Amino acid sequence: MKKTSLTAKLVNAPYIVWSILFILAPMIMVVYYALTDRDGNFTLSNLTSLSEYTETFGRSIWYAFLATVICLLLSYPLAYIMARSKASRQRTLMMLIMLPMWMNFLIRTYSWITILNNTGILNTLFEAIGIGRVQMINTPGAVILGMVYNFLPYMVLPIYSVMCKLDQSLIEAAQDLGCNGRAVLKTVIFPQSLPGVISGITMVFVPSVSTFYISQKLGGGKFMLVGDAIEMQFQSAYNYNLGAALSLVLMLMIVICMLIMNRFTDNSEEGAMLF
Amino acid sequence: MKKIISVVLVLALCAGLFALSGCGGTQTVELDTSKLVGNYDVPELRGTEINVYNWGEYISDGSEDTLNVIQAFEDLTGIQVNYTMYDSNEDMYAKMKSGGASYDVVFPSDYMIARMIEEGMLQTIDFANVPNYSYISEDFKDLYFDPDNAYSVPYTGGMVGLIYNTTMVEGTPDSWEIMWDEAYSGQILMFNNPRDAFGIAQFLLGQSVNTTDAAQWQAAADKLIAQKPVVQSYVMDEVFDKMESGEAAIAAYYGGDYLTMADINPDLAFVYPKEGTNIFVDSMCIPANANNKAAAELFINFMCEPEIALANAEYLCYLCPHTAVLEDERYTLRGNEVLYPQQEVKTEYFYNLDRDTQDLLSRLWEQVKLA
Repeated sequence: MKKTSLTAKLVNAPYIVWSILFILAPMIMVVYYALTDRDGNFTLSNLTSLSEYTETFGRSIWYAFLATVICLLLSYPLAYIMARSKASRQRTLMMLIMLPMWMNFLIRTYSWITILNNTGILNTLFEAIGIGRVQMINTPGAVILGMVYNFLPYMVLPIYSVMCKLDQSLIEAAQDLGCNGRAVLKTVIFPQSLPGVISGITMVFVPSVSTFYISQKLGGGKFMLVGDAIEMQFQSAYNYNLGAALSLVLMLMIVICMLIMNRFTDNSEEGAMLF
Repeated sequence: MKKIISVVLVLALCAGLFALSGCGGTQTVELDTSKLVGNYDVPELRGTEINVYNWGEYISDGSEDTLNVIQAFEDLTGIQVNYTMYDSNEDMYAKMKSGGASYDVVFPSDYMIARMIEEGMLQTIDFANVPNYSYISEDFKDLYFDPDNAYSVPYTGGMVGLIYNTTMVEGTPDSWEIMWDEAYSGQILMFNNPRDAFGIAQFLLGQSVNTTDAAQWQAAADKLIAQKPVVQSYVMDEVFDKMESGEAAIAAYYGGDYLTMADINPDLAFVYPKEGTNIFVDSMCIPANANNKAAAELFINFMCEPEIALANAEYLCYLCPHTAVLEDERYTLRGNEVLYPQQEVKTEYFYNLDRDTQDLLSRLWEQVKLA
């Protein structure tokens, strides 16, 4: 292996310091708090008491899974169409996807309350055209919608960037050799785009499974997700130990989900870079 | 060439935005310094700074033709104020406990003051430096959390009440019971914080909100679980939008905030339920690790200036503990029925709960949320 030069070390130093301070150290603290009680004695009771939260974990993962699937179904064709359109059009479409992200995430989510309320914009419209009121706010559907809306760009962008690099000649070759459209998609396009899909899934699933703001505002605070439970422990219950235990288990679950995902992309470099 | 033109255009746009925001931000109300009682020319404090940590939207800030209190203080004293905000006592406590920041003035509520005194997080105020303390009403002295009036200067107070939309609710409710009424299923807003939510159930059950009896807390939790099917959502500040727009019919919230909502939706009415309700006081305190105590005391004295207290009372619409304001003809909320009710309202302060009760409360709150 080549010895790293001094310059390389110097260039890397800020990043390493950053990682230690803001990634590694907090992780160690999470593990420490999760395995101790309030007085600092070692205990496993935080972890064993998590059985009460089985339903909460299950619900979080299920909602995040649904949000991820919907994002994927919406993003994949969009990214493909974007990648194949004219350069100027690509820029416009990219702009349209990025534009909402210039606004604060909290404000965007809050705006959905106004849209989905029983007396909100959509329901006023529905009543005007005679459909009548539809209960949308404070339902699981509203929470999943919030997740899809907020995290969609994180799915589109990685898939799009992979699609751009797609080797056009392979598609042509497949067509020349008699593949129909579906077969081209299945055997040529999809396998090549897999790394983008995988990083898109990660980037949507992870924030969805840990969100608390979306569920509080759009779900009416009537059901808890893991993020809510963690937030509650730190903000109002001051039970840092239980909060840390919840976080630890959540992190482990995410890692396991990602490892399973990664098995599908054994040979892809981009997928492996996630870890 | 095209590029240069676009750069110029972008710059012009930015400059325009700046100019616009500049207009909005300029102070329109000037403080008449001749009306000030105290002396704010303290040369040795000039050029120093203080860190003030207050609730969000809890000071007259110069918007909509109000006085910019912080700006006025800075101009007068030459002390730079670093003003930051929190949205719950718990947030503020957690931030101070973590030791990440040092503040000179904070605005905790009653039970949090008790807790912070107990944990040595506050220091006594030298009242020789806060002569305007004499304006604070006797009703707001000798309160349970600071019996010797050593640590805190009351800033605002308030009581929780029942807000309802007269077009959606029949009759005039006078009891918390209506928040359990199936006739209003899906139109009821409940507090999204454990202490206030449990408080309502406890008043209804005739308990003390400061009970240490686990069985009573459990009974209150059961009451809240029974309420869950009729609750539209658990909210804090979203209550404004939802009540103003008629999205919900009934909510429990603070009297001062009701006045803000009723400005926008005149169909809203307010009542203090007969079972009793929670009263709170938010006071100015100096943390034990404050860096600039002298300036902090100057700031607190300034906040108790009749002119300043009036500006804040007008802006905040909360109960004002300042006697000069209460007698001031210019005070538009003088004698307001919601803030200063004629008939006696049954009230109880929240006390600081011991650790076991706190743990129990958060466990039960989770049960309510998980149910």
